[in-house]
Amino acid sequence: MPKDGGIGASTVRREDIRFLTGKGRYTADINLRGQAYACFLRSEVAHGRINRIDTAEARAMPGVLAVMTGADFAAMGGNPAGWHIPSRNGEAMKEPKRPVLAHGKVRHVGDAYAVVVAETLEQARDAAGAVVADITELPAVVDMAQAVANPDLRVHDEIANNVCFDWGWIEDNRAAVDAAFKAAPHVTTLELVNNRLVPNAMEPRASIGDYDPGTGDYKLYTTSQNPHLSRLLIAAFVMGIPENKLTVIAPDVGGGFGSKIYHYGEEAAVLAASKALNRPVKWVADRSESFLSDAHGRDHVTRIELATDLEGNFLALRTETLANVGAYLSNFSTATPTFLHGTLMAGPYRTPLVYVNVKAVFTNTAPVDAYRGAGRPEATFSIERVVDKMCRELKLDPVAVRRKNLIQPDQYPYTTPVGLVYDTGNYPATLDKLIQIADFSGFEARRAESARRGKLRGLGLSTWIEACGIAPSNLVGVLGARVGLYDAATVRVNATGNISVMTGAHSHGQGHETVFAQIVSDKLGIPASSIEIVHGDTSKIPFGMGSYGSRSLAVGGSAMVKAVDKIIAKGKKIAAHMLEAAEDDIVFEDGKFSVTGTDKAKTFGEIAFSAYVPHNYPLESLEPGLEETAFYDPANFTYPAGAYACEVEVDAETGRVEIASFACADDFGNVMNPMIVNGQVHGGVAQGIGQALLEAAAYDDNGQLLTGSYMDYAMPRADDLPMFTVDHSCNTPCTHNPLGVKGCGEAGAIGSPPAVVNAVIDALHRGGHTRVTHIDMPLTPSRVWSAIQN
Amino acid sequence: MTNVTMTVNGKAVSGDVEGRTLLSSFLREGLGLTGTHVGCDTSQCGACVVHVDGKPVKSCTVFALDVAGAAVKTIEGMANADGSLGVIQQAFQDHHGLQCGFCTPGMVMSAAALLADNPKPTESEVRHYLEGNICRCTGYHNIVKAVLAASGQDVAAVAAE
Repeated sequence: MPKDGGIGASTVRREDIRFLTGKGRYTADINLRGQAYACFLRSEVAHGRINRIDTAEARAMPGVLAVMTGADFAAMGGNPAGWHIPSRNGEAMKEPKRPVLAHGKVRHVGDAYAVVVAETLEQARDAAGAVVADITELPAVVDMAQAVANPDLRVHDEIANNVCFDWGWIEDNRAAVDAAFKAAPHVTTLELVNNRLVPNAMEPRASIGDYDPGTGDYKLYTTSQNPHLSRLLIAAFVMGIPENKLTVIAPDVGGGFGSKIYHYGEEAAVLAASKALNRPVKWVADRSESFLSDAHGRDHVTRIELATDLEGNFLALRTETLANVGAYLSNFSTATPTFLHGTLMAGPYRTPLVYVNVKAVFTNTAPVDAYRGAGRPEATFSIERVVDKMCRELKLDPVAVRRKNLIQPDQYPYTTPVGLVYDTGNYPATLDKLIQIADFSGFEARRAESARRGKLRGLGLSTWIEACGIAPSNLVGVLGARVGLYDAATVRVNATGNISVMTGAHSHGQGHETVFAQIVSDKLGIPASSIEIVHGDTSKIPFGMGSYGSRSLAVGGSAMVKAVDKIIAKGKKIAAHMLEAAEDDIVFEDGKFSVTGTDKAKTFGEIAFSAYVPHNYPLESLEPGLEETAFYDPANFTYPAGAYACEVEVDAETGRVEIASFACADDFGNVMNPMIVNGQVHGGVAQGIGQALLEAAAYDDNGQLLTGSYMDYAMPRADDLPMFTVDHSCNTPCTHNPLGVKGCGEAGAIGSPPAVVNAVIDALHRGGHTRVTHIDMPLTPSRVWSAIQN
Repeated sequence: MTNVTMTVNGKAVSGDVEGRTLLSSFLREGLGLTGTHVGCDTSQCGACVVHVDGKPVKSCTVFALDVAGAAVKTIEGMANADGSLGVIQQAFQDHHGLQCGFCTPGMVMSAAALLADNPKPTESEVRHYLEGNICRCTGYHNIVKAVLAASGQDVAAVAAE
């Protein structure tokens, strides 16, 4: 049994108290003395030339303090892409400047081109209505195939065919893959769309810029998943100010799912406006602005081919993908469809030959970037759909085919043909567990019962793997990353023995304040209630990467454990001195430093006190104080994996799909807090079901966003979803980090969409609609009904 | 500007508002009660739900002047008199019914309204009632479980992990 509050306990969350009593402190809740309010003007056309922006009338309106346009920011730098992806022919990728505010041209509906700052929000909004923008609408390009094919349509004048890069992975393997396809007894081909989504964290983005004219210091409160990255981007790339003159604070953040990783122009705009006005400037997005200007997710069009023998053994896999990057490159947008997607195309299988081609395409739509799973859901969906299609073509059992193609437990470390080395796993075990918890053997009875009610029941499966905790820095540097991918933690033991842990990871719903305290408590043997977790403020925490890509625990948590180990090592030196023993004879256990084999001991509190009141202390060889920082750069990715099953009921009369049950058997390595891990899986699966059945960001041919509010964009609601069955007992601890953890934040969103779609196709086939081989997501009633009719 | 008076969490309050000032803005900006959140502009997300004279209301859809004289209850008024979590709040913590916490105030206020009307709802009734509250983090599993638990029902039987 785990210790109360230690590693492995389902400790309830300490942060819940403030959230449940209305005492959370989100950016929009912060009001600074003398603050003014910003309202951004956004393009109403998808593509246009800015001829003139007349701000005179707006400037004369009551309460207006400033009106700034793209011209005011033209001398600043652009918001850069974080990863360089060269094309197959060796050409550098195309990187058009992404300015703070659009200048010269607007390139998507929602592209901000001016900002009004006024004494009140109402005055700012009223004055925004008086800004007259003379913008000549230009032809917009929305469809990726058209963007690539029509040389007359250009999002950026200097980029022909709108291609950012044409990437092959791994190019040297291409000939061998093509040869395997030529020789293969069977080839299954599937063309599919991975639908464009809007992340929709419930807290809209918000930023407050606060310039101090006395010190020249800038402070930014913002809805960020990674305040240090934002600081680096704003200071070094966009505004050209010293990094040490900018503090970025991401206080309580109401969800991110990727959309708050990135630096957005509004952040630089409120900082610049604050400096110009010598007073704080606050901006809070409304939901419409979020839909128009947050980075969207997914949006791939893929052709995937699977070569097999007639028994369903995988021989080779090949894909061609068009990946939408929208009008500008968001910070992670080039890594997402490539190194977070192409490198995952082996999945959990022993496919010997794989080749992936991805063309990233500019369009007159909002930027597209990482959204929960980021590339890995797209890879998993493509693989798991084509595997099911192949099974149907060859009349093979999808469970048996998957089982025989899975990497086996004795094959680790396993090097895939797409460049990853899986350190450990047990994919057959999670598949077996799934079959048990989802009660596959009872399916036929449930199907018959559904049939009696006139419903078609189907069972869909997916086996999935992901790569989390992107690393190591030296490897990703070779692959084009422009940042390091370590994380950092400082453990400060105070003189009275309680502890402040400053972590580079950021919590925006994940429960770090609870879980990180559980870990430190477990390692140091002191109560979790004596441990405070500090995050989200660059003036307090060490340089860290924040939270994305399921990395907080695997990378940030590992840094924290390293720092704790340093504390224990120093504590042993202090204890050896105080106990007059050799350092090697000191053991640390249950919060006490003891001389081995004796009853001589000092408590952790006594050692901490001695470190700060060093009266009896080896000052000649050891510095006072008890505070350690560690940076941790992982040796490899971590590889969570699992198997998911979905049962659906389809109403063939209406095309409506209902999720009857959903089960997940996951391997996350060691689990620190099962309650929180289950919650992460629930949330991820809900987003995956949302993608499969409900959600789609739709633009019309002119680039107008048709789904710009919750009236049009279908978010999963409580009555769209069932209770979930979640198991993570089949765990194989990660071999290269000190906690043996892998990450669980994205899993649900990765494994679930193909399970849902496979279930619907299965239901239709069992109902006799055997010509339906694929339906593109979301599987709305109209799409399912049309597929049945056609 | 017009002066408006109402009772919020049992306390008489007043403030100057414009005709267009929403109840959510009055609570947040006028009274500093920032527990009531605004997550959309179309009265869909439910993060702003408060009680007006005992009934759940989306406070982003009501003008402050329209509730002059009413008794308003917000998330800040849901704890017990001694400051400890109320039954519904406690159930949300016990069953991990929140993650980022942004939708939580509205969820708790809606759940309280449901249980006032229907003290022993079924799972399906809870899910149907919470249609007007969007959560992006939890997949609703643990929210539904928390509401059922707050109603005194055995959740082990209805809510498999």
